[in-house]
Amino acid sequence: MTSQTAGLLGLVLVLVAALALTLLSLLFKRFPLPLRNISAFLRIRRAASLVVEDGTRLHVSLGSANLLTPSSASALAGLALVRHLGEVTSLSDHPPITTTGSPTLNLLAQDTLRTAHEAVATEQPFDMNNGRLTGLTPLSYAAGVMPAIRDENISNNVIIGSFGPEVGLLIESADRQKTPVIAASDSLPAQAVLYAATQEPLIGEELFAAGAYTQAGPAHTASLLVQDILRWLVILALLGGAFLKMAGLL
Amino acid sequence: MACYSGPAWRRISQNGRLAVRRIFSILNAVIAIGAGLIVLIGYFVDVQGMMEVRLLLFQWAVIVGGVAVLVGIGNLLSVHLAKLRSRKKGAIYSLVLLFFMVISLLISGTAGLEPLKPILMDGILIPVEVSLMAILSVTLIVAAVRMLRSRTDLSAILFLATVFVVLAGIGFRSFLAQIPVFNELAQSQLVTNILALGGARGILIGVALGTLTTGLRILLGVDRPYGGK
Repeated sequence: MTSQTAGLLGLVLVLVAALALTLLSLLFKRFPLPLRNISAFLRIRRAASLVVEDGTRLHVSLGSANLLTPSSASALAGLALVRHLGEVTSLSDHPPITTTGSPTLNLLAQDTLRTAHEAVATEQPFDMNNGRLTGLTPLSYAAGVMPAIRDENISNNVIIGSFGPEVGLLIESADRQKTPVIAASDSLPAQAVLYAATQEPLIGEELFAAGAYTQAGPAHTASLLVQDILRWLVILALLGGAFLKMAGLL
Repeated sequence: MACYSGPAWRRISQNGRLAVRRIFSILNAVIAIGAGLIVLIGYFVDVQGMMEVRLLLFQWAVIVGGVAVLVGIGNLLSVHLAKLRSRKKGAIYSLVLLFFMVISLLISGTAGLEPLKPILMDGILIPVEVSLMAILSVTLIVAAVRMLRSRTDLSAILFLATVFVVLAGIGFRSFLAQIPVFNELAQSQLVTNILALGGARGILIGVALGTLTTGLRILLGVDRPYGGK
């Protein structure tokens, strides 16, 4: 297969996925799709209502993904969650804070928090310092987040985005404060750490389901179904390839 | 002389602000979606001239990224100054951070102080990060032990099996090779090369599909992390 053919095939796949996403979004607008229970997302929703009631703060850590790399998708999924959580908790005396390890991501996080703040139209002025850049390397980022978890009257932590093993330091810091953590990452080393260190980590593509489970809109639910359809296609292709190889046709 | 502070004027001014914000929101979406489509199509299809536009967009993105670093440093400064002013818990750490920020800026920006740069890097930054790595390894061991205490289900057994495989890989191999079943398993590399790699690829394929749909949501304008909706 030439690179031109492979490129065209990729483009067709993207176009088909975009079409499916659009059509399913329209469908789910009228007929919402029931989703299976993922307890971590239930806990996020519960945590958001809790912080408004008890006057504490929600902390969302978005990792240090560079927006020019594919790992930015996990941070963008995290931003969809920030938007929703920001709207729910902006009414509280202590609005949520986000911490990031990438300057471009920090700008987006600040803007998302501001948009969520304006959406609920509170009297309180928006504080840009609620979106914080804590360090430019993964470890300095972790070192900067740890005091925020300790000193900012945080009652719940959502850690979602691109991390390395340094995510273990954030979990440990939250554990010391006895504050619950809901965590998800796109990288395998971080997932391994989260599996050992947290009660209910979100594994693999569950990270990208955050929007659908926090009712960000029908497009988020549609994108889950598109993911499932594509996954079955990949499974069929893998099985088909293995079968053809066994039959000596490949 | 007209009065510019009455309620009617305030309403007009507020409506005007909302209209401008809406126009900016649409403009942002058009620019983001347009740039995204050009980069995406350029990635798949080698159309004449598309590569140049793609590279130009990337260069702009790098410049914006560079400016964002400056804004980020401003944010770091502002957060810690506010913390220091309010004398919040842990304000002393903010003072230390600001002090070293000024020192770093002085050393980086002053001619003749270049020889001090390696001292800053090798004498402070790297040792601190290495210490954090050491803390991390201890933290992970504690977390693993805690997990075994709190979870006594299949996942704990799986975890123990993983620990066994890791230990086998880092030096206990010669000892464990005397056990017949383990020796056959090690030679076939069933666990490390087939089961572990297969599982890892499965997770990565899931993540890649999630990345694709997240990107599509942004290209379709459903998610707009770049401002206002």
